[in-house]
Amino acid sequence: MIDIQSVTKRYGGKAVVDSVSFAVPEGTIAVLVGTSGSGKTTLLRMINQLVSQDEGTILIGGEDTRNIPGHELRRRIGYAIQGHGLFPHRTVAENIATVPRLLKWDRTRINARVDELLDLFQLDPAAFADRYPHQLSGGQQQRVGVARALAAEPKILLMDEPFGALDPVLRGKAQDELLAIQKRFGTTIVVVTHDINEAFHLGDTIAVMDKGMLLQYGRPIDLLKAPATPFVEGLVGAFDRPFRLLALDTVAGLIEPGEAQGEPIEAVRTRQDALAALMWSGADALPVVSTDGKPLGRVRLQTLLRQAVRPQ
Amino acid sequence: MSLVRLAPRIILLLLVVGFLASPESFDFVFRPLVQANAPAIYNQGDLAALTLLHVRMVFIATLFATIIAVALAILVTRPFGAEFLPLARTVVNIGQTFPPVAVLALAVPAMGFGNGPTLVALFLYALLPIFENTMTALTTVPPNITDAAKGNGMTPIQIFRQIELPLSLPMIVGGIKISTVIGFGTATIGSTVAAKTLGEVIIAGLQSNNLAFILQGALLVAALAILVFDLLSMAERSLMKWKAA
Repeated sequence: MIDIQSVTKRYGGKAVVDSVSFAVPEGTIAVLVGTSGSGKTTLLRMINQLVSQDEGTILIGGEDTRNIPGHELRRRIGYAIQGHGLFPHRTVAENIATVPRLLKWDRTRINARVDELLDLFQLDPAAFADRYPHQLSGGQQQRVGVARALAAEPKILLMDEPFGALDPVLRGKAQDELLAIQKRFGTTIVVVTHDINEAFHLGDTIAVMDKGMLLQYGRPIDLLKAPATPFVEGLVGAFDRPFRLLALDTVAGLIEPGEAQGEPIEAVRTRQDALAALMWSGADALPVVSTDGKPLGRVRLQTLLRQAVRPQ
Repeated sequence: MSLVRLAPRIILLLLVVGFLASPESFDFVFRPLVQANAPAIYNQGDLAALTLLHVRMVFIATLFATIIAVALAILVTRPFGAEFLPLARTVVNIGQTFPPVAVLALAVPAMGFGNGPTLVALFLYALLPIFENTMTALTTVPPNITDAAKGNGMTPIQIFRQIELPLSLPMIVGGIKISTVIGFGTATIGSTVAAKTLGEVIIAGLQSNNLAFILQGALLVAALAILVFDLLSMAERSLMKWKAA
């Protein structure tokens, strides 16, 4: 879907993005992670040609982005930034309608889409459509920012530290909301973040960048299994590794027949959640239930611990 | 705006209109200020006509200054016009540093007596506040907002018309307001070179040592300035209702 081929960008002779290549498959979330100055934001802004590369090619659905006029390309690609970037003189509804209006959708279609998105982000259209951005809380502003980016039903969504201004509780909620929306629309998403936890939570794939270079690109488990450089290993965190590994999959695959005492755990929860519950309750095993409460069996501490061993 | 805040302005407006419609009715107010037998109300011309001419003069000068200053500020804040910024600043600043009397003195030999030199002086004087306010407004639009506009697929012209200009309008109106108020006062000086303004009333008062005339001219100018200031302040506020708490 997005194919980045040996892309380089130089500022004043210095390469801020240095011959980076990777591909983001359709309908997946790729996270660009790295320290500030690693070139991750520049790389993101080259995908919608807010910055044009000096060398290399970026293909979107097989089409070279430089063959499309910049503003037309950007109307096809959703764009959400840190601190939301909402237009302060336009209402929530007008902000969300930005790209559909540029694309000259008819009014009924725009209104329907705005209401649909407000509902989706749990903002009551009657209460919020006519408010100005400064009348919203930080979390609401951020949701309107993402709603605006999704308004014209783009196949691709680019997000630059979209949750950076939110407190940890709101951030977790916003991340889950994004995952739900991605599932619903099948949007291909590229997210820039400096938060490795966010990268592991959101990413189908993770690209680790440092000093303009792409150090490693792969599934989260690949980063844990075989970190390409000491930088990646440090970023992933030697201490956290077993827990991150357990967080990548659900309890469902580890259910064994049998009974157990204690607070049951749902099969859709992560293995990390199950381990935490086992450790906290001091039990050797806990019952597992389906989301509707039907008993499925049990999960044992020993089984879980074996899953946390370094994968080969 | 609440009625309490609006009331003094309405009273002032009614007083001005009432005075211009029938100056003689106000004879009792100004009588104590003049010597016996001297006229208490300006009698060398029509006060209402002079007031209209005064307003027209300021309006025309400010209108042209607005067109030129705003156009100039827009031009020098575009990427292609950035190199003209220092030049534009210098020109506009010269307009402001020249004393209006000096402009009149220089313009009279070229344009003759009458309204012309005063229009030129008012125009030059009005440029700087409008230009500076427009410049400040256009250059302080937060970069993340223009970035979001560009990232959402707006063309440079759309970014200017839909984002930068509406966000800048309140401050531009603020500049026009300052220029207009300055213009109302400065226009009186124009009567020294035979411009038809309320300055005639003040000058007539000075020449015949008639305090009532001086006050009538000065109070009318002051009242007009206050009313126009309030009107433009209201326009400014209505343009930024999105900001109000």
